[in-house]
Amino acid sequence: MNPALSELGRIYPPERLLVQPGQLAPYESDALTAFRARPLAVVLPETAEEVVQTVAWCARHKVPFVARGSGTSLSGGSLPVEGGLVIGLNRMNRLLRLDPKERVAVVQPGFINLHVSNAAAPYGLYYAPDPSSQPVSTIGGNLAFNSGGAHCLKYGMTSNHVLGAKVVLPDAEVVELGSQSLEAVGPDWLGLFVGSEGLMGIAVEVTLRLLPKPEKYHTVLAAYDSLEKAGNAVAAVVASGLLPGAMEIMDHLAIEAAEAAVKAGYPMDARALLIVELEGEAPEVEAEARHLGEVIAASGAYEVRVARDADERAKIWKGRKAAFSAVGRLSPDYLVQDGVVPRSKLGQALLEIERLSQQYGLRVANVFHAGDGNLHPLILYDGKVGGQLEQAEALAGEILKLCVGLGGSITGEHGVGMEKKAYMPAMFSEDDLALMQRLRRALDPDELANRGKMFPQGTAATGAPRHSGPHPLEQAGLLSRE
Amino acid sequence: MRPTSLTEVLEAVRATPKLLPRGGGTKAALSTPREGQAVLDMTGLSGVLEYDPAEYVLVALAGTPLAEVEALLARHGQYLPFDPPFVEQGATLGGTVAAGLSGPMRQRYGGVRDFILGVQFVDGEGNAVRGGGKVVKNAAGFDLPKLMVGSRGQLGVLVELAFKVFPSPRATATFKVTFERLEPALEAMHELASSPLEFYALDLETNPATLTLRLGGQPEALPSRLERLRAFLGHPPDTHTLLMEGEKEQGYWRFVGRLEWGHGYLVKVPLQPGKIAALERDLPPGIRRYVAAGNLLYLNWLDAAEKLDSLLKAHGLCGIVLRGDAYPAVKETLKSPLLGIDLEHSFARRVRAALDPTRRFSLDP
Ligand SMILES: Cc1cc2nc3c(=O)[nH]c(=O)nc-3n(C[C@H](O)[C@H](O)C(O)COP(=O)(O)OP(=O)(O)OC[C@H]3O[C@@H](n4cnc5c(N)ncnc54)[C@H](O)[C@@H]3O)c2cc1C
Ligand SMILES: Cc1cc2nc3c(=O)[nH]c(=O)nc-3n(C[C@H](O)[C@H](O)[C@H](O)COP(=O)(O)OP(=O)(O)OC[C@H]3O[C@@H](n4cnc5c(N)ncnc54)[C@H](O)[C@@H]3O)c2cc1C
Repeated sequence: MNPALSELGRIYPPERLLVQPGQLAPYESDALTAFRARPLAVVLPETAEEVVQTVAWCARHKVPFVARGSGTSLSGGSLPVEGGLVIGLNRMNRLLRLDPKERVAVVQPGFINLHVSNAAAPYGLYYAPDPSSQPVSTIGGNLAFNSGGAHCLKYGMTSNHVLGAKVVLPDAEVVELGSQSLEAVGPDWLGLFVGSEGLMGIAVEVTLRLLPKPEKYHTVLAAYDSLEKAGNAVAAVVASGLLPGAMEIMDHLAIEAAEAAVKAGYPMDARALLIVELEGEAPEVEAEARHLGEVIAASGAYEVRVARDADERAKIWKGRKAAFSAVGRLSPDYLVQDGVVPRSKLGQALLEIERLSQQYGLRVANVFHAGDGNLHPLILYDGKVGGQLEQAEALAGEILKLCVGLGGSITGEHGVGMEKKAYMPAMFSEDDLALMQRLRRALDPDELANRGKMFPQGTAATGAPRHSGPHPLEQAGLLSRE
Repeated sequence: MRPTSLTEVLEAVRATPKLLPRGGGTKAALSTPREGQAVLDMTGLSGVLEYDPAEYVLVALAGTPLAEVEALLARHGQYLPFDPPFVEQGATLGGTVAAGLSGPMRQRYGGVRDFILGVQFVDGEGNAVRGGGKVVKNAAGFDLPKLMVGSRGQLGVLVELAFKVFPSPRATATFKVTFERLEPALEAMHELASSPLEFYALDLETNPATLTLRLGGQPEALPSRLERLRAFLGHPPDTHTLLMEGEKEQGYWRFVGRLEWGHGYLVKVPLQPGKIAALERDLPPGIRRYVAAGNLLYLNWLDAAEKLDSLLKAHGLCGIVLRGDAYPAVKETLKSPLLGIDLEHSFARRVRAALDPTRRFSLDP
């Protein structure tokens, strides 16, 4: 063991300091399996103090480090830096405090998203951000990526539900950002930290805000003979002044795949399915449901189903939640993007994606958060066929540029990471990026924290994408993505 | 200086070593220049640039008066869900973001930090930069728009801002209920906030202890929701309740949004509901309003600012003076609008230094 590593050995017992190739292998990539890098070592801290000492060690020896939650990043965010340290936070998974009266939960960063809602459930409370990865992804990872789910239009992303964080800065200094209040005096430092993709330090304690569980849900499934009609229906719902908690669209390929996988009982001949869900106080939801019914009836749907109970609601969502992995099963490999377009440009974007799909000769399935314009085109290809991966990547790149061209964003929830850093200049000018870099270097002059991510000129990680398939957890049927 | 274009802002910033941007000047404690500071009057950069009601997104120049924005939104049945104060007195979008101010209706969907989507600003080196975007969901790059909330002109001059907006409730009603003492009012506030009942506003006033609850939604559902609310509160006697609807109700909230309470400092204090009981034991009688279920206090303070400073410190709180003076008998000039515990930390210092290396936007050398 090299002398620096033996210093780490004074902080960690051998079972929490991994250095053998066999031990390191599971940490070599995240859910973007296309990228791999071998770290120098992996440490598994159990306390904030151990994280502080570890980061101090990195700062002293100028060793780059990557914080890692469950490694479900879809953009290479938790990919190790070659020869750097991985700080695995899964063991810091305790609920430190839950105060039902003040409606806050204080958790360690390795605490799993879904477990927050589970812990809050006895008090009629829940944690709103619901990425599809919520059964496995950690609050620390969610924070770093400002993760979202199906309910972002109405309830916002992770950032809107985090009140405070204790953060170990890249030089091992510890700061408290935010507070327990929804309000603040002074710049929103916490707001800057959330979504910084692990480049500004490691959150070791996070204060989350809990919401009362909605009293009633009203879930509608509408089938259309064209994607355009489904898109227009979304516009009509919005124009009616209703604010549904979720609006989701699936195209034909996605419907077929989902149906084959989980038998949700979807209308099989539909060219597009729209799911709209209202939630809130019972009398209000009942009144809104009548208005929604009228809007959907006038939208040209050829079949409309309303969930009569929790089981039927779960069934409608089951197909939607399974759609991604299901589509993945239709093809040996696939790439997924998550660009955003203004809602009124959804139709145009989908037509263009269809045209690109034909031009490239690659199938593209679409499942997306229609309420907030967040697309999730899934590009199917076969990595064993020479050149197909490159074609798929070129197609993905065209879709990202299309999103920016229509006034949107290259990513709505999966973050920039490794995968999309080359597209940052499509969205931000040189001055914008230079300022972000300046901010980063003010906090981390040696660029130790997650070096090589987010910014186009980053160099650290190596290797080009070779293969992009399902995450091991998806193969095991434990997870599905949106 | 009153720039009317981005280019003029850039020139002004580059040419001026000490600079204080000002919007409408409604928060005078924040926008009155100190010695050596030149004022950059931002009201010349005014106007809505993009607004498509179907997108729920509005983009405007920072000097745009809130009143203009709200009137435009209202014509399309939409509103700013963070409910900024001082609309009628001429506050601007930029001043509202820079001061970080939200009003009672932040209870329903969140504050200004939750609705800002994008920003263009001029940093201390005189470069124009953008952060965020113009769509309701976006995760690319550092979240600079949020950073600007509460930045008081010290991290850069805001030029253009993008917000998420929402449809207004089709009907609203406001129910006031008065309690004999503070404790049962606080208890009711906690229970209401943890219940599935949804409020556009959940405010507490202390003299006498009164909860003001605003409901909004479909008009046909309001009567039964009000009935449920009464039942939830244990059917308080009519002598202790007041129901406002229609124009009177709207007018009431416009009045509240002026925060015009006569003499005294107007101070914003962020807090959490659990701190209210102890704070109330130490605060002198006076006008104040706890909004968003006890997350935010707007306080009128007549005495010397120093006294409030120590009081807040004793309770582990901080505050910011927005405007006003102490009672004439108390002679003092406010040294800093910041009161109570010091929130500065090295994350803050380093970010400030990165955005404004020559300290163009701050008072100290
Ligand atoms: C009690 C009172 C009553 C008034 N009544 C009236 C009235 O009846 N009619 C009327 O016309 N006016 C009235 N005014 C004056 C006027 O309201 C306002 O001038 C002013 O509205 C708006 O201030 P503001 O909210 O834009 O923020 P400001 O008070 O100008 O600024 C708040 C903070 O934001 C910063 N800031 C502002 N803009 C920017 C920017 N673009 N970039 C970066 N930082 C920025 C400032 O530096 C400051 O820190 C009144 C004022 C007061 C105090
Ligand atoms: C099947 C599937 C479905 C998904 N669905 C969604 C979805 O619906 N919405 C969505 O937004 N995302 C989704 N994702 C992406 C991913 O789950 C999220 O980005 C998630 O937040 C990552 O959490 P994690 O614990 O796995 O973090 P990791 O992947 O381990 O890390 C992600 C990033 O966070 C940093 N990080 C981790 N912990 C900390 C910490 N404590 N402090 C600072 N930085 C830290 C890492 O360095 C890395 O940059 C999905 C992924 C999969 C595989």
